[in-house]
Amino acid sequence: MSTTLKFTALLLALSLCRGLRHDYIDNYIDNYIDEVTEEEAELVAQPSKYGSLWPLPQKVQLSEVSFKLTSSSFRIVDAKDSTAGPSCSLLQDAYRRYYEYMFGIAKRQQLNKGRRTGPSELTELQVWITSPDSECDSYPSLTSDESYELSVNQPYAVLKAPKVWGALHGLETFSQLVYEDEYGAKSINSTTISDFPRFAHRGILLDSSRHFLPIKVILANLETMAMNKINVFHWHIVDDQSFPYLSRTFPQLSQQGAYHPYTHVYTPADVKMVIEFARLRGIRVIPEFDTPGHTQSWGKGQPDLLTPCYSGSKPSGTFGPVNPILNTTYDFMSQFFKEISAVFPDAYVHLGGDEVDFTCWKSNPDIQKFMDQQGFGQDYSKLESFYIQKLLDIVTTTEKGYTIWQEVFDNGVKLKPDTLIHVWKGNQQQYQNEMANVTSSGYRTLLSTPWYLNRISYGQDWQGHYKADPQDFKGTEAQKKLVIGGEACLWGEYVDATNLTPRLWPRASAVAERLWSAKDVTDINDAFSRLSVHRCRMVDRGIPAEPLFSSYCPHEYKGI
Amino acid sequence: MVRSGRYTRLNVYLLILSVLQLNLHTVEGVWPLPQAFTSSTERYPLNPQAFYFGYGRQSAAQQGCSVLDSAFRRYFSLIFPDYTDGRLHFSQYKPFTVEVSIDHDDCEGYPNEDSSERYNLSVSAGQASLKAETVWGALRGLETFSQLVYQNDFAYYRTLLMLNFPRFQFRGILLDTSRHYLPVQAILKTLDAMAYSKFNVFHWHIVDDPSFPYQSSSFPDLSSKGAFHPMTHIYTQSDVRRVISHARLWGIRVLPEFDSPGHTTSWGKGQPGLLTPCYNGGTPSGTFGPVNPALPSTYQFMARLFKEVSSVFPDSYIHLGGDEVDFSCWKSNPDVRAFMQKMGFGSDFTKLEAFYMENIVNITSALNKTSIVWQDVFDYHERIPKDTVLHIWKGIPAKYQEELSRITKAGMRVLLAAPWYINHISYGQDWRNYYTVQPQNFSGTEEQKKLVIGGEVCMWGEYVDATNLSPRLWPRASAAAERLWSDEKQTSNVDKAFPRLQDFRCKLLRRGIQAEPLYVGHCKHEYQGV
Repeated sequence: MSTTLKFTALLLALSLCRGLRHDYIDNYIDNYIDEVTEEEAELVAQPSKYGSLWPLPQKVQLSEVSFKLTSSSFRIVDAKDSTAGPSCSLLQDAYRRYYEYMFGIAKRQQLNKGRRTGPSELTELQVWITSPDSECDSYPSLTSDESYELSVNQPYAVLKAPKVWGALHGLETFSQLVYEDEYGAKSINSTTISDFPRFAHRGILLDSSRHFLPIKVILANLETMAMNKINVFHWHIVDDQSFPYLSRTFPQLSQQGAYHPYTHVYTPADVKMVIEFARLRGIRVIPEFDTPGHTQSWGKGQPDLLTPCYSGSKPSGTFGPVNPILNTTYDFMSQFFKEISAVFPDAYVHLGGDEVDFTCWKSNPDIQKFMDQQGFGQDYSKLESFYIQKLLDIVTTTEKGYTIWQEVFDNGVKLKPDTLIHVWKGNQQQYQNEMANVTSSGYRTLLSTPWYLNRISYGQDWQGHYKADPQDFKGTEAQKKLVIGGEACLWGEYVDATNLTPRLWPRASAVAERLWSAKDVTDINDAFSRLSVHRCRMVDRGIPAEPLFSSYCPHEYKGI
Repeated sequence: MVRSGRYTRLNVYLLILSVLQLNLHTVEGVWPLPQAFTSSTERYPLNPQAFYFGYGRQSAAQQGCSVLDSAFRRYFSLIFPDYTDGRLHFSQYKPFTVEVSIDHDDCEGYPNEDSSERYNLSVSAGQASLKAETVWGALRGLETFSQLVYQNDFAYYRTLLMLNFPRFQFRGILLDTSRHYLPVQAILKTLDAMAYSKFNVFHWHIVDDPSFPYQSSSFPDLSSKGAFHPMTHIYTQSDVRRVISHARLWGIRVLPEFDSPGHTTSWGKGQPGLLTPCYNGGTPSGTFGPVNPALPSTYQFMARLFKEVSSVFPDSYIHLGGDEVDFSCWKSNPDVRAFMQKMGFGSDFTKLEAFYMENIVNITSALNKTSIVWQDVFDYHERIPKDTVLHIWKGIPAKYQEELSRITKAGMRVLLAAPWYINHISYGQDWRNYYTVQPQNFSGTEEQKKLVIGGEVCMWGEYVDATNLSPRLWPRASAAAERLWSDEKQTSNVDKAFPRLQDFRCKLLRRGIQAEPLYVGHCKHEYQGV
């Protein structure tokens, strides 16, 4: 590693000033705040030697030699030997996108061929896909190669990646190396980077059931995920409150179950658009259709799917979880998941399985009878297992892998060995035990507990998110390898298009670095400095990412 | 609450109204809840092509009244959000006129602490009559009227009689433009939303430790050296004028705060010699503390600065801060200690602070401004002018009642902010806490209660800038707005308020205000930005 980069005034401006008045609160709040702010106060915002790179690449070599970039000369081009050529629209789109990030849309102009370029000017970034199959027209997957190597030097910079997925990440990294000198000219320092993710699954969950999220908001956040090298959009698309997914097979589900059958639904064309937009940014879309609980909205368009609850000996008129004792339930699920597996190309589907409330099942005499017949006694988790196993068998026939929330594992449901267990419950101790249990049973796992970003609090809570490490639990090396990554969850009770983006960013960026960068990247001061500039970069790209602390961005958010 | 005088006839009117059942569902769209009203259940359609605002024949204000003329234009668009010229034909509808009558022509003035905001609205078939003492009252009435028009595919209205007036004269929102710079556009948008909730004071915490964005004409170095950026992160004189004039058209006062002697780090950059040099042993440490109270030059500077500020900001009140003064730097400085000796303050630095604040208050009094100071000042002072307002910010969660009791007992007027620090976010429906505050529920006489002039919602800026200001402020601040405007007895049930506030939040969205959801649910027109 070499010396400090010359960065813009922006870095110097990250002075920390504490307004004491605002930390003054009595009693319990006081203690809580102190806990948070004392830590924060230690942060010293000195420019990082890594500039504004976020998430930090695995290996970085920076030098002080700098080159100029000008919008009139600079181009991103396919390398001569690249296996992805002009026909790879994924890359061509990305070239344009990153050119615009770096130079702004307005400044696009014709290549000035007659203009002589100076000796210290960098005029080209060559993108070289090295593997015979660039995967340009494929979908990213859990096993996609996302690695890349970037060398910024004269006469041109070279970005080498086996697949397009690595190239996308490399373009983002390249754009993060570009900075403005004190006269506003774009510069980049001679740099060598070799990079790959620590975890293969780096996700964000958005909940479009508690509040409907307009497509525009989803797309903007996919865009931002790409800036943070997040590669999974976990679409918690339906839940108790509403069913906005417009099913071709069962159109009544959204017709009756959405907040509004026309203005608050995702049509097949919308879903397709989201999937393609995500693919172009190397992001997988994993839909979640959570059952047997969390299904109130399903019942409106699919009569008899839910269990009628009883009050004494009479149906009370309310409904509980999916009715697990009817054949019609499984016929419905077969058809439904057949559609889902065709609509969503990813190899995984999330089946939920969390928080099943047994009281309604208990109240229903038909269910009680069924329990007796099956010999389940009074153990309703056996009934849940019964349901889930039948569902898993159904989904298996669609040749999809599946992810389920941890309860399904906790309740002892028989699972296929390649099932992904999504850990979301408990405090630190409890989720670490759970990770140990899941992996010692040989299952692969995914962590979300420390990253429920919907749970807001006053202060710099990103630091807590940053410090959580999914491999921090007691277990063997083999067990640790079963951790495929994690997801930041933004549940929708209090979130809609009005506040989603600033609530998610840059807090989710903290999770992004934890999941991408090397395990030993834990310097919170260095992170604060890089993240502060990274957030201003997101703002500059039109994303209303909220501030970390008192300070400013050279270009404040204008989309008011 | 109804004062005697020219509104005696309204007293009777109010009595009649108060015996009628509150028919909540028919005015559920109005936030904050009006004081007294009755309405019919029939509804009549409104036709944008035959809808008129006009001045009553007896009205002191007539066409040409800048405040009302521009309000008519704004409210037309708010009442008919889907209206596009000439393409719709509602010939079957009858014309409708809103006739506004004002007692005093204060069209070109500014709202102030005594401005009456009461109004009397009567809506009957084909016309509405809005009567108010001042244009500011008329603005509140127009806001109410706009909320009464139902926006269910087509606009329609119900007949109604209403008498409305605020419970407190001071209903403010503090924005902090020092910890983060807020673009002027963000401030203007906030002023719009404030008017929708009938807030009437914008407390502009314009400078503080981190930055000094106010571009002073007397001391341009303050912002050229003390702002985050001397060109892009400042408020020019014309920016400030724009904010003030926009606020005026909405009936909102702009109360500037220039906080000293603490919270002034950014001032020191452009005004050498203003701050106290801190000492480390016998030598200056290179760091600076609060404003140096021992130098005559300090008071000369302050006199010039406040003279400018007083002429730039028309409001008769000015906020002088005075909070959280850290004495350690003063203590370290030998010159300050010598001054203490000379003044006979001993080692009581609160006396030094009192000395400083007295001088500042005297400066602003001489400029005919009434001072508002943070409550800290009260603790050190026996001798602040009786008309000074103490701003209560300490004592969360429940001890601010003691502060109110203690300070009003001394006969001082108070402004309550402590329970409304809405920069302190938490998970869930914290608006309920803001709603259930009882500003006058403290031990004290009726006279003491009357010294509570109102309250203020504070949005401190550590974690807030243009990216997240609006959804953090709205609709949480609206909860406090109802507490400050409406009758407490009629609005004591937070669960009853919930659906009304949800409805109001959707109304804010419809008006382009990025107001966040209270809980799960949806609005017919969701926010379409990012």
